[in-house]
Amino acid sequence: MNVLERVSVRHAPQAISRPRWPLRRVIGASLVGSLVSLALLGLWILPGDPLEQHLYLALQGMHATYADGNLASAPLGYDHLGRSLYHRLVAALGLSLSIAAGAVICATLAGISLGVLAAGRGGWVERLLTLVADSLLALPGLLLVLMVSVILPSTPVALWLGLSLVLWVEFFRLSRATGRSALASPGIEASRLLGFGVLYRFRHHLWPTMAPVMLTAMAFGMANALMAIAALGFVHVGIPEPTPELGTMMVELLPYWREAPLALLTPVLVTFLLLLGLLLMSGGDAKASTAGNIAGARA
Amino acid sequence: MNISSRLLQLVMVVLMVGGASFLMMQSLPGDASWRIAAGRYGYDALDAAAAASVRAEMGMEASGGLSFLYWLGDILRLELGTSLITGEPVWNEIRHQLGNSLSLAGAALGLSFLIGPPLGLLAGLRAGGLLDRSLLAICSLLRAIPQFLLALVLILLIAVEMGLLPAAGHGEAKHFILPALTLALGLAAVSARLARDAMAAVTQTAFHDFARWKGLSNAQTFWRHGLRHVALPLVTYLGLQFVTLVEGVVVIESIFGWPGIGHALVHAIFSRDVPMVQGTALVLGIGFVVINLLVDLLGRQLDPRGVK
Repeated sequence: MNVLERVSVRHAPQAISRPRWPLRRVIGASLVGSLVSLALLGLWILPGDPLEQHLYLALQGMHATYADGNLASAPLGYDHLGRSLYHRLVAALGLSLSIAAGAVICATLAGISLGVLAAGRGGWVERLLTLVADSLLALPGLLLVLMVSVILPSTPVALWLGLSLVLWVEFFRLSRATGRSALASPGIEASRLLGFGVLYRFRHHLWPTMAPVMLTAMAFGMANALMAIAALGFVHVGIPEPTPELGTMMVELLPYWREAPLALLTPVLVTFLLLLGLLLMSGGDAKASTAGNIAGARA
Repeated sequence: MNISSRLLQLVMVVLMVGGASFLMMQSLPGDASWRIAAGRYGYDALDAAAAASVRAEMGMEASGGLSFLYWLGDILRLELGTSLITGEPVWNEIRHQLGNSLSLAGAALGLSFLIGPPLGLLAGLRAGGLLDRSLLAICSLLRAIPQFLLALVLILLIAVEMGLLPAAGHGEAKHFILPALTLALGLAAVSARLARDAMAAVTQTAFHDFARWKGLSNAQTFWRHGLRHVALPLVTYLGLQFVTLVEGVVVIESIFGWPGIGHALVHAIFSRDVPMVQGTALVLGIGFVVINLLVDLLGRQLDPRGVK
């Protein structure tokens, strides 16, 4: 073992005594996994149109029958306009998940690269980026998303852009905080002296120390994005009808909750399980994120 | 953060909100004057003449970089303009709504502090116990329920089924309970966990052991040695909670029909009332910076060790 190897072993991320995949995470990942596969495969398993109306079947349950006595083919019944709840749910899940995933991926890439840049360069670059991030943090996320949605007419794109704009700050702060200590380590210096490039140093030195925090923050950010999309839909400023969306589905079905409680319960339950799964994956509670925030705020 | 960087942050917030509002004004889908005229006179009374009068009145012909500077100049002189819909000065509207929002937010914050930290402290004193584990489960579940969903459940259960409280409205004390409770439960779920972790960490320190060893009672140890250490993360978190609170207020006010700043914001977005959007956004952003400044100062009082 040469000197360099010993140095990098000494500065490797500390071994975690807990199992890598505790039960909590397994449950969370399987919840999220099954809902993602429902969104991906749902229409393939049972083809159908989320917008097609059968007013005769409005608010009927899974055993709905057409006028001629034939059994209809909607496993979750129909909404107040006679649209298949199953197909609306699949479409809504797909839409919300793709907007949220797109926003989180963009935010992660931007946040990490700017965070590492700030930690590496220091000086006015760092001060400027931190100032921008802090000022964005001062504006409530929902407000930013709303403002972008006024500027850009196409709603899913506006939601994606607005959410990315909100979410990157968290990744920036985390990667700047972890990056600063990691960049000062002898391992990095040795790598640099040996002539390894920026990408190599990132992959072998920075990413291993950042990865656990970042993956947690990604799951957490995903949950927040989904919550924001649904909340905006619920107060009628999100994705416009008739496009199926979890929040709008809930508010549409709310007046019929006595006649068709199960119809209202479907989007509610799916949203809840999705968020629960993501939060379980991210560590179950706010500890990781708030600890990160506080560390960033006090840094 | 020191005071000068908070001031810089304040300037940036004003610039960003101003810039975004200007972009909003420039890029309103369709002709803004038609939308504004519709908001003002109703869709039935809308015609080309009404739209043209709005356009002439607001000087919408002029555009470009110069008008952005005018725009910023207005903001810096705290000239927020008049609402495009009601014609009232934005300041008057906001002052009225802000009081309502602050009272709701204050009630929610107070309620969350009665629920969250005490439970968290009790759980943290016996980490791993029954209370700790059930609190973890409840907090995790609560955090997975978006606030609008919690509001929905509370309205359906307490207001509609049991008929105990009004589902919406404003003016009397009973109208406070449901919206404040909805907001408070969400906040308490996080502050309970934070208090629990801080308490559990304090009970493992040497000074805590020493306090017990020299014969102080549980209560004495907690009041003299534990509380201040637990308070620090909770106070720091308070500043962050403000953001959660504001976001919650936007949604919760819309659901419960609370005539506050969040409700006004959603309506302003609807009718593209850009001066109102800008005004509310500025108030929220400036409020955040000021509150964080206060939190910084309070944190320094609680823990003077960090000051260099």
